[in-house]
Amino acid sequence: MYKILKKKELNPTVTLMEVDAPFVAKKAEPGQFIILRVDEEGERIPLTVADFDREKGTVTIIFQIVGGTTERLNQLREGEFIHDFVGPLGEPSHVEGLKKVAVVGGGVGCAIAYPVAKKLHKLGAEVHSIVGFRSKDLVILEEEFRAVSDKMRMMTDDGSYGKKGLVTDALRELIEAGNEYDEVIAIGPVVMMKFVSLLTKQYGIRTVVSMNPIMIDGTGMCGCCRLTVAGKTKFACVDGPDFDGHEVDYDEIMKRASTYKEFEKRERELACNLFKKEVK
Amino acid sequence: MPNMSMKKHEMPAQAPDVRNKNFSEVALGYDAETAIDEAKRCLHCKNKPCVGGCPVRIHIPEFIAKVAEGEFEEAYHIIQQTSSLPAVCGRVCPQETQCESKCVRGIKGEPVAIGRLERFVADWHNAHSCDLPVKAESNGHKVAVVGSGPAGLTCAGDLAKRGYDVTVFEALHLAGGVLVYGIPEFRLPKSIVQKEIDNLKALGVKVETNMVIGRVLSVDELMSEYGFESVFIGSGAGLPRFMGIPGENLKSVFSANEFLTRVNLMKAYKEDCRTPVFHAKKVAVVGGGNVAMDAARCALRLGAQVDIIYRRSEAELPARAEEVEHAKEEGIVFRFLTNPTAILEGENGIVKGMTCVRMELGEPDASGRRRPVVVEGSEFTVDCDCVIMALGTSPNPLIKNTTQGLDTQKWGGIIADEHGKTSREGVYAGGDAVTGAATVILAMGAGKAAAEAIDEYIKSKHA
Repeated sequence: MYKILKKKELNPTVTLMEVDAPFVAKKAEPGQFIILRVDEEGERIPLTVADFDREKGTVTIIFQIVGGTTERLNQLREGEFIHDFVGPLGEPSHVEGLKKVAVVGGGVGCAIAYPVAKKLHKLGAEVHSIVGFRSKDLVILEEEFRAVSDKMRMMTDDGSYGKKGLVTDALRELIEAGNEYDEVIAIGPVVMMKFVSLLTKQYGIRTVVSMNPIMIDGTGMCGCCRLTVAGKTKFACVDGPDFDGHEVDYDEIMKRASTYKEFEKRERELACNLFKKEVK
Repeated sequence: MPNMSMKKHEMPAQAPDVRNKNFSEVALGYDAETAIDEAKRCLHCKNKPCVGGCPVRIHIPEFIAKVAEGEFEEAYHIIQQTSSLPAVCGRVCPQETQCESKCVRGIKGEPVAIGRLERFVADWHNAHSCDLPVKAESNGHKVAVVGSGPAGLTCAGDLAKRGYDVTVFEALHLAGGVLVYGIPEFRLPKSIVQKEIDNLKALGVKVETNMVIGRVLSVDELMSEYGFESVFIGSGAGLPRFMGIPGENLKSVFSANEFLTRVNLMKAYKEDCRTPVFHAKKVAVVGGGNVAMDAARCALRLGAQVDIIYRRSEAELPARAEEVEHAKEEGIVFRFLTNPTAILEGENGIVKGMTCVRMELGEPDASGRRRPVVVEGSEFTVDCDCVIMALGTSPNPLIKNTTQGLDTQKWGGIIADEHGKTSREGVYAGGDAVTGAATVILAMGAGKAAAEAIDEYIKSKHA
């Protein structure tokens, strides 16, 4: 059992939790993830390590309420327990040696992009952050990003905050302005990572994306999280989750992500009824 | 007087057309009267060939004698001296190639039903006995066991009985390995696995779940920082193989490991379960081992029509004869000498069929089995909306990649001698992690041999 030490609503659908998990905290690196189970009957879901404190033995997770399990997780309060919490899993992001990097985060993907930006900053790289949200009320981690970025672009789909437009607009602008990046790191919805990769391919800039396919065990024993990279099958939980953005088959990933759509819809409704909430 | 019947007592079982719709145990087990009568078929041979056929060397005639006398608890204690998981072994061992294959009664008739008697005794104990196992006196030495499958649990149990302070590290949230995620409820009820693990805990074995050795802690750290004098690696062979054919990443294509994990470990067959499973109309299971049978029989119970696609003929099926028989009775169709070449995409990325070719058997290959060869121009399509790949598994590279100086085979298996000794001092290994995917009982035998070797190793160090 893993105690929730802190819980904070970052926006109406995104929650941060700091969890007491000393073994995970001791080894976690940016880019890695954990798998948790809310309770005895729960399913296993993967969530990226958003932050960690080795001394306190805590791991921070940030999640969006998108379905039954995240709804149930969000019902837990400070001082309560998560039944299972295993990690760190996956390969850490390789950011050593990079001098100038554009970190692109979309929506709750910013929670995954942030620790990477933070580590790059700590290693002395020049970090340009581009963060995108649907609208102002969904913005998360703005201050945190500013603190580790040399340049920062805030984008919203509806223009309610920062600049109106997509993250790819801002990235194009920065590249066209003559910024030469060693690497672009893009983390967010699959479709966003796809378009970032298409853009950077035109400029020949190496691009790394963080994949979030369906997972069960997270240790490489089932292949549920498999995807095609450069024509080869890879398991995101052990070979990734980071991959070369120019080699990933995004359309296949989007199809695979929809495998349990109907079931997930039902689960969401069940969980919402349980907590008497409207299904959005 | 021995019972001279040529046949062993039938195993009562759920009727095929009833059981193919539920996940309750198929075989129902002997009652006391039947067990006593079956036990009387044992001739108590002087040289006990049956014992030689058992990988953990259970004192078979001795326990059977106690069953014949109705002394079931005493029979249990005899089994327990050498086996840590009798309720499991009695159910899943292929007795026909082990203990029972050596039984003298089998020469002229059917062998004594040793497996069924073992199962009866273990179930009887679990149902009737309140005695907690007696913890051995501590010898003050710590041993770590990586993986809580049959090899790890057996090794842990044997070491605990010798007084060691044993901690088992398990990556998943439940202990048991393949016994909980692989073998389905209808062959091995999970409450029985849990009971066996509780028995081990009562012996003093500690089980730490959610601990992925190779990520959260390395084998070296277990020895250098946490004071374990020896480590047994029983991490199994959990990495699934795929065929590398077109369409294999369509969304209703699963490894048997994924499908079985969803169904068994996560209990996706239950109506109110939170883990989804794909409900197919027509499933093609590729492979012919026990895992293929388990996946096929699970898919059937979830309401699908099921074909098993196997590239060799019936005679070469690696699955247990009894499982094949059960699968057929339940309505599973076998397509022998058939090999998939491509999986076809229908709407929304779901499978709509599979292209296959017919095979014929050619010359024997390295394994001694006749190699299947493609019949030219024999391509045809099998209708299905879901494909489950049960092609075998190989060891997960996580431990190999994070343990300095641990020698492995090219295909990833850890190199260990017959006592489980690896290239690293104090590190032992056994089960599928060493042999590649094999059987539960061989894993138990390896766990047992390693426990003995670890005991000798630690004693010699402190001598």
